This record gives sequence, C-alpha cells and structure tokens, in this order.
Amino acid sequence: MIIHHPLLGPRDAQEFTYLGDATLIDRPDAMAEGALEAFDAYLHLRDNPAGTHRELWYHEVGDRSWLVVTRDTRTHEITQVELARDVALSKGRGR
Amino acid sequence: MRYSAFRLFAEALRGHRGWRPAWRDPEPQAEYDTLIIGGGGHGLATAHYLASRYGARSVAVLEKGWIGGGNVGRNTTIVRSNYLLDGNEPFYEHSLKLWEGLEQDLNYNAMFSQRGIINLYHSDAQRDAYIRRGNAMRLHGADAELLDAAGVRALYPWLNFDNARFPIQGGLLQRRAGTARHDAVAWGYARAADRRGVDILQNCEVTGLRIDGGRITGVDTTRGPIRARKVGVAVAGNSSRVMEMAGLRLPIESHVLQAFVTEGLKPLIDGVVTFGAGHFYISQSDKGGLVFGGDLDGYNSYAQRGNLPVPEDVIESGMAIMPAIGRARLLRMWGGVMDMSMDGSPIIDRTPIEGLYFNGGWCYGGFKATPASGLTFAHLLATDEPHPTATAFRLDRFRRGYPIDERGAGAQPNLH
Ligand SMILES: Cc1cc2nc3c(=O)[nH]c(=O)nc-3n(C[C@H](O)[C@H](O)[C@H](O)COP(=O)(O)OP(=O)(O)OC[C@H]3O[C@@H](n4cnc5c(N)ncnc54)[C@H](O)[C@@H]3O)c2cc1C
Repeated sequence: MIIHHPLLGPRDAQEFTYLGDATLIDRPDAMAEGALEAFDAYLHLRDNPAGTHRELWYHEVGDRSWLVVTRDTRTHEITQVELARDVALSKGRGR
Repeated sequence: MRYSAFRLFAEALRGHRGWRPAWRDPEPQAEYDTLIIGGGGHGLATAHYLASRYGARSVAVLEKGWIGGGNVGRNTTIVRSNYLLDGNEPFYEHSLKLWEGLEQDLNYNAMFSQRGIINLYHSDAQRDAYIRRGNAMRLHGADAELLDAAGVRALYPWLNFDNARFPIQGGLLQRRAGTARHDAVAWGYARAADRRGVDILQNCEVTGLRIDGGRITGVDTTRGPIRARKVGVAVAGNSSRVMEMAGLRLPIESHVLQAFVTEGLKPLIDGVVTFGAGHFYISQSDKGGLVFGGDLDGYNSYAQRGNLPVPEDVIESGMAIMPAIGRARLLRMWGGVMDMSMDGSPIIDRTPIEGLYFNGGWCYGGFKATPASGLTFAHLLATDEPHPTATAFRLDRFRRGYPIDERGAGAQPNLH
C-alpha cells in the first residue's frame, strides 16, 4: 500500500505503524458523568466496518506525524489522507 | 452410512458406486429451536455437540457460502495446548483431549496427527519464560518438555543453530500437539451433525436478526426468514457485521492473516517448529508442501488477501532458522479474516439480547479450539450456563478489568 502523505507525498505503508479507528482522537472527558462507560467503549469497542474506515497511522520512520487515512477495508484502496493534527483541531481539540 | 475399512473394501469391489453424499442439502424449514449462524469449524462443531451430547432435535446451521470456505479451510492447522494463563489453558487442554478422540466420535478421518510442536528459544530470558509456561501447562494436565540445544539438534539437525543474532539455545516441546486436515474437520463435523438430523443450509446468508422486546425471534436470510428460539453466532471474521444487526458493538477488529505453502518436497519436517525471535512457524503437509506463516498484516481488513511486506518478513524469519527453505519454491499464498479481540482471547457468552449467544474473537488460534469451542458453546446454548472450562470468556470482561492477555499487549488487537 502507498500512503499519500499530505506533506511528504507517496510513502510506502511499511514506514508507518498502525493504531486503529480514528475515533481514538475523541478521548472522553474523564471528569464527565458516565466516564466509566465512555472509557470502556473508547478503549474496547469498535465499529469494525467492512468498507470505508477512517484510521490512525503513525509515520514512525518518517516525519513522525500522525495521519488519518480513509481506506476501504474490503479492497485496501486509500481515498483520503489528512494530518491527524488538522483533524483534531477541526474538532476543537487542543493539545 | 458408517465409514470403515470393511466398507472401503466392499466399495472397492463394486467400483465405488455405493458412496452417498456425506450430508443432505435440505430446504430451510420455517422454524427451528436453535439456529447456528456460520458453517465454519465452530458452527458445525456446535451443531454436532448440541445434537449428540445435549439431545437437541431441531437445529440448523446457516452458512452464507459453502461450509469450510472460511477460516476453517484457510488455516495452517496447528493444534496445541501450550497456553500460560488460567482462563485459557484448561480450555485448550480440554480441546486437545477432544481432538484425541475426535475421529472415533465423528467416524471420520480428520488426519489428526500428534507430531509435536517445538517453540525455539534464543536467550536466557526466553528460556525462563518457557519454563514458566511449561510448568503452567503441566499444572493443568498438559504435557511439556524443555529441551536444550542438543535435544533440539536430535530432532531437527538442519536448523540454523549458530545464527549470529539468534542462536538456538533450546525449545519447549509439546509432543501431543500436532496438525489435522482442516477441510476434513469441517466435513467430519458436518456429516456427523447431519446424521443426527441437523439441517446444514449453504448459500444461506443471514441478512438480519429479528428481535422483539429484547428477545431474539428469528433471522432473515437470503433463503427467506426463519424463526427460532435461540440463535448462536459463530462467524469468526464477520463477527462485528453480524452482531451489528443486533445493535451491538464488539471488542473485536477484523485483520488479515496470510499463510504460504511451497511445492511438494520429500519428508523433511515431521513436527511443527516455531521461531522464538521473530514470528515464523512451519510444518509439512502430508502432500509434502511446507506450510508456514507469521504475523498479521496489522491493519483492519476484510479483503481475505494481504500485501507483500508480510511475506518478505515471514520468509526472512524462515531463512534465519532454516536457510534450506530458500531453495524451495512458493506454490500458493492466501489470507483469511481474523476476529482479533482486544486481549487476544476468545468470547463465548450470552449477549444483552435474550436468546442470542456469541462465539468469536478467536484471533489466529481458533482451529485448535474447534472441538472445545463447539462443545462449550453447545453447553451454553443448551443450559444457559457457561461450561466449566470456558467461564473466563465473558463479553464484559474488558469493562470489568479481567482481560486474558497472553501477549501482554493491552487493548491493541493487531499486536496479539
Ligand atoms: C492463514 C491462517 C492461519 C491460521 N492458522 C491457525 C493455526 O495454525 N492453528 C489454529 O488453531 N488456528 C489457526 N487459524 C485460525 C482459525 O482458522 C480460526 O480461528 C477458526 O477457523 C475460526 O472459526 P471457524 O472455523 O468457525 O471460522 P470460519 O471457517 O471463518 O467460519 C465462519 C463462517 O461464517 C460464515 N458467515 C459469515 N457471515 C455470515 C452470515 N451473515 N450468514 C451466514 N454465514 C456467515 C462464513 O462464510 C464462514 O464460513 C488460522 C487462520 C488463518 C486465516
């Protein structure tokens, strides 16, 4: 698989490590009501779709950026690659 | 029709004209007591034990394709019970004991061959870990022997003992482990279940679960709706997709695992060997092909095929312990979709939907589990109680903080 890094262009997927579903960006608020259930779901439960999947890849032997890759889990075709930082900021998350 | 040496002889004399199909191809009935979704090893074994041990009379297995077309027909057939943790080891040892009597029970030759597995160790720390594992196995009634380098050399003199980075110091041997013919396991269970009246419905994909007031009432299929009191789901890599029909999210990701086979060679490896410093395992099929595999590709996939970095990594590992493999030509490679759970261990449990039961999360180790998975799932379906050897495989163990994590990798399915 080739991942089209937004800054570095086409890179071999072997340069990356894989974390999982990009919803991992949406870390629950530990102080909120129902945090226990929210963290159980965050840590353990996954949609695991057959089809379009937004997922986190880390450019470990490259520029060490986190990317959000949109990929079809039935064909491995990649349709979109974004910097995870941009995705997180657009959701209103700071550091 | 019972299979026997006498029957074979008699058929040979009359030109093999008397053989009959090993199972029927019935039309779906409108209603059954119990439906099993998934005609893989686990679904078929569940049906067999439900009918043979729990006296169930009205059971059907629903398979979207043909039986044995899923992981049961794609795996590398290693059967062993060399687990460490309490929740796992009694279950896998129970399974190995069932394998030992399986062919008599099914009246079917599954070519189960207890040729032994050796896990190589390459460092002092790894030896200590294997001593601990071997002791845990023996405490649960399994067999385990620690071999030093000379002991391994006596079995496999051609291994690369003096590898500069990963010299072979010895290995943990389980002599009762082995391999079986994967297709024959599916077919044997199917035939045995069919003989007790289980309907095996192929080309029958479940497209919806009918739930009324928190209770399962039946399923929708490509061959029409079927009513049922109880429904057991055993669909391996498709677990999340089927359980989504009941509105449930699972602690599971689907990943692709590849395997490889070379051209047929003269007898070379009479057991199973695993590399301890990378991920590589190998055995030789009865046809002579070297059957080997290694790691997952590592990303979510339903593709049933992987990418080339994994073959490169697996074959590099193979070359490290067994340079001779470089002379063999690869015949085929393929992939299967693994139901990777959050702790690398399976789930056999009730669900929040009354009458709906779940069996999954087998990762890449569910073939060896086939008999015990079927038996314990049948026990749960028939009695509503977990079988004594499968009490740890609860769906809610993650929330409660009781994962069964052999690898110690945490909630990261692609690392188990
Ligand atoms: C390459 C590879 C190597 C492996 N090596 C080993 C090994 O050496 N040792 C070991 O112990 N394990 C091994 N495994 C793991 C083992 O094969 C699986 O864990 C086990 O086979 C899973 O259980 P099953 O046989 O019931 O699955 P499957 O055979 O996959 O059965 C599930 C069935 O459900 C059906 N299904 C799915 N959705 C639906 C639906 N909606 N309606 C109806 N039917 C449906 C599928 O078509 C399929 O036939 C390996 C797996 C792979 C891929």
